[in-house]
Amino acid sequence: MLADKDRIFTNLYGFQDWRLDAARKRGDWDETKALIARGQDAIIDEIKASGLRGRGGAGFPTGMKWSFMPKESKDGRPSFLVINADESEPGSCKDREIIRHDPHKLVEGALVAGFAMRARAAYIYIRGEYIREAETLFSAVQEAYDAGLLGKNAAGSGYDFDVFVHRGAGAYICGEETAMIESLEGKKGQPRLKPPFPAGAGLYGCPTTVNNVESIAVVPTILRRGAAWFSSFGRENNKGTKLFQISGHVERPCVVEDAMGVPFRELIEKHCGGIRGGWDNLLAVIPGGSSVPLVPAEQIIDAPMDFDGLKEVGSGLGTAAIIVMDKSTDIVRAISRISYFYKHESCGQCTPCREGTGWMWRMMERLRVGEALPEEIDMLYEVTKQVEGHTICALGDAAAWPIQGLIRHFRPELERRISERQTGLQEAAE
Amino acid sequence: MPKVTVDGQEIEVPNGATVLQACELAGKEIPRFCYHERLSIAGNCRMCLVEVKPGPPKPQASCALPATEGQEIRTDSEMVKKAREGVLEFLLINHPLDCPICDQGGECDLQDQTLFYGRGASRYHENKRAVTEKYMGPLIKTIMTRCIHCTRCVRFSEEIAGVDEIGALYRGEDMQITTYLEQAASHELSANVIDLCPVGALTSRPFSFEARPWELKKTLSIDVSDATGANIRVDSRGREVLRILPRNNDDVNEEWISDKGRFQADGLIRRRLDRVWIRRGGKLEAALWDDAFAMIAGVNAGSSVAALAGDLLDCETMFAAKKLLGALGSNLIESRQTGMAYDVSNLAGVNFNTSLAEIENADTILIVGSHVRWEAPLLNVRLRKAVKRGAKVFIVGPQWDPTYAAEFLGEDAGVFHDLPSHVTEAFGQAERPAVIVGAGGLVAGALGPALAFAQQHNLVRDGWNGFNVVHTAAARMGALMLGFAQKGGMADIVAAQPKLVLSLGADEVDYSQFPGALKVYIGHHGDKGAHAADIILPASAFTEKAGTYVNTEGRVQFSDKAVFAPGDAREDWTILRALADTLGVSIGFDSFDQLRATMIAEVPALGQEGLAHYGALPLAPRGARATGAIAYPIKDFYLTNPIARASETLQRCSAELLHGQDFAEAAE
Repeated sequence: MLADKDRIFTNLYGFQDWRLDAARKRGDWDETKALIARGQDAIIDEIKASGLRGRGGAGFPTGMKWSFMPKESKDGRPSFLVINADESEPGSCKDREIIRHDPHKLVEGALVAGFAMRARAAYIYIRGEYIREAETLFSAVQEAYDAGLLGKNAAGSGYDFDVFVHRGAGAYICGEETAMIESLEGKKGQPRLKPPFPAGAGLYGCPTTVNNVESIAVVPTILRRGAAWFSSFGRENNKGTKLFQISGHVERPCVVEDAMGVPFRELIEKHCGGIRGGWDNLLAVIPGGSSVPLVPAEQIIDAPMDFDGLKEVGSGLGTAAIIVMDKSTDIVRAISRISYFYKHESCGQCTPCREGTGWMWRMMERLRVGEALPEEIDMLYEVTKQVEGHTICALGDAAAWPIQGLIRHFRPELERRISERQTGLQEAAE
Repeated sequence: MPKVTVDGQEIEVPNGATVLQACELAGKEIPRFCYHERLSIAGNCRMCLVEVKPGPPKPQASCALPATEGQEIRTDSEMVKKAREGVLEFLLINHPLDCPICDQGGECDLQDQTLFYGRGASRYHENKRAVTEKYMGPLIKTIMTRCIHCTRCVRFSEEIAGVDEIGALYRGEDMQITTYLEQAASHELSANVIDLCPVGALTSRPFSFEARPWELKKTLSIDVSDATGANIRVDSRGREVLRILPRNNDDVNEEWISDKGRFQADGLIRRRLDRVWIRRGGKLEAALWDDAFAMIAGVNAGSSVAALAGDLLDCETMFAAKKLLGALGSNLIESRQTGMAYDVSNLAGVNFNTSLAEIENADTILIVGSHVRWEAPLLNVRLRKAVKRGAKVFIVGPQWDPTYAAEFLGEDAGVFHDLPSHVTEAFGQAERPAVIVGAGGLVAGALGPALAFAQQHNLVRDGWNGFNVVHTAAARMGALMLGFAQKGGMADIVAAQPKLVLSLGADEVDYSQFPGALKVYIGHHGDKGAHAADIILPASAFTEKAGTYVNTEGRVQFSDKAVFAPGDAREDWTILRALADTLGVSIGFDSFDQLRATMIAEVPALGQEGLAHYGALPLAPRGARATGAIAYPIKDFYLTNPIARASETLQRCSAELLHGQDFAEAAE
């Protein structure tokens, strides 16, 4: 288990004040000037060495992402950092806790990361439903400005840097990086075609990097304590500590920071007081937020909770939003509800997702009550395959994977419902 | 020049080409809905998926993917076939499949591509989506349940037309294409979205349920609604023209036409002059050709005869009239009906020399007295492109909405002589400067000063001629090439007080200037000219005769005869030929071919399709000054010519779009 001294988010539960003074006592904004004085390349190299992978779900190496940004502007275009605080993935709530209780980690991280990628300003795009959190963030940024930590000569470093907080309007798709850029520009939130990638032409056509809140918030601590310290946690290729968000049928749902690769059983036992009704009562787990396939109990129990460990069991770490379901769960209904979510949140731009999400949800609703033919299960699987990989952004994949996971692991349950309904109908007819 | 392999065939593609273009170069057909050559790339229909190596192990949208060296592209693999089937299945699950009652049937991309790339049967058993009815104005009929959300119409209005008229509301499967707040689309080119729409969601309202495309005879023709000379296709059935569609011509209209050119088709069957009329005691009475001819001969005008050419005439008609008058010993021919009298001794001085296609490359443009959006909508599209490429535009004249950034310098033509310093500086630095004089400028006398301006700022340089005049009449350049102009304009004709006035579809002339003359109207519509006439001889509209037209840039183009004129109406030249016999003169041709051959012998440029060459610009006249407030000639975009004025569709456009009249939809 992660020792308290190794925690990055020391005020995750809000036992202390979030304001600047308290944050400074916890070590934030401590000699930020010295961090910046190390220079852009040194910071990027340090982050690369730490093995930090993006915390937004895809797990792309953060340092490498920053190194795609232009070293100098050839045509006068500025660069931008966009911080994705549009945390809308069902099950995810880590960014919320960071912004509520430790916003200065994020603001300081914005400055350091923005400096490292030679950005002119950072835009923090915060989810529309996070009203109190947005208020906190607005005040935290204002505090930083008032203390001279942002703006001209930010934190005395000689670097000019601005941070803008932008509130979203509640669309899940605006958490996709290019849709977020569109939304920031005031347009309808619809993902852009790639290429060009944001690092070439992003916000207002300028080079842009989009990072998750957690990825940015951990940066100052990594720099202070060193890449070696950060990479001492976790397994090869899956380094560091991570905020896990456990919800569902555990005794004590919580958000907790632990080392990457912690086994599922240990995570639940240590932090959540175990599964409701004991380990035998565990049915399945969605380990990375609603868009990854579920994993049945016997496969997940000893799986290491990191990118590669969960990939091996046919799922993914995603945002580490762990949804635990015990045997009281109507698993088909649960997945059907997730399908409804994706149908509701599809932006409607490209065909497979626009038409496919509605089709999949309607089929799921029929399967829920068994009102289908057994061969329709295969057809549904084929439809998910027709959506997956054919869309502009990953929402199509996200809509397809939960259903694929269900069919892969719970096909007998689907067939049982179909045959039970058919039997029931036959009896009624007599 | 990257080399790529398409289905095993290695080809070299131009730099910047997309994978889709590479496949087309290799002769592979790539199905698509959202991709359109003249619009930005949306990549949202996902129909053009192909397999590309190197790349992720999933199909890629070929329309948006740049072709790079060494790519291996497959359009015939199992993955591609499956992807196309999948996308088509998705498009069809919420498509109503009401092809039997859909006007797009027979020319529907979705229908065609489903036939070639779709699955045999549907697997979708849920309810289909329905979309509430939308209203897009008197021209565009909407059945949005059929929409496949390709957003071509949205991109057209934003990018080409330059107005935010059409957009998408809501998201996911509830996404709907609509005009904001159910407003009518009012841009002059709005109806081009009908052609762009790959399905039957946006169809032509006047053409709805009229005919199937395969029943129609297609005739290649030239639009006469303005002087751009847009290339069109006239679709007719029997004796009736049912619709007009644009043809591709990158030099002229790309593939757009104005709403007026498209929808004046229904004007061709209304208010037609289909028999001979003679005015007796102030009232027109139906008569016979012989009576009319006898009456004309009875005037004994001798050489005191004038011919006035209308705005829609083909060169052949004007040439026949010129020959007739020549045989009678008269040279009183004029085409500038409203009295304009600019100098036409050198046609380069009244031509759109830059050419419509090249004006896109201009970097500094001064427009003098032209409401380009109404006088030549297709030119405005080009100017918009120029501005998108960074051109600066300055306009002298009353304000109008150009759809691009432009600076209005003032309404008085005198501004021309006292241009602000930043304008002259801009012209000083320009590499490809251009000046465009419109009809309003011509009236205000801006032609001479414009020529002086051209000399002063060196508008003619290597490979670039930046001096332009934009006309409003389709017949104008042809008429000027045939010499249909007096030095003093219409005033010279009036001064001569001819005994016989032949009005060739001239509807804008003030006939009260000819009180003693016998006015013979040879035309096709009962419009202003016919009201003033003593004798009406029914002739043919532009769809009812073959003809040669010269557009404002001096481009000679030919059009074919689509249908026969109604009733007793004849082709114009035959009427003039018969008149020659009546008046006892010979004009030297007995057939249309002979007529055309004689005309080409006299004006060789009219025999060659393409730009006529007028030589160098004339020298600017000394001391020419433009004065007075500029007034644009077009007061109502939709009702500028007799055909348009007869069209119910365009009358309604005028009332609804320009005069804000409400039309209650009939309740169903």
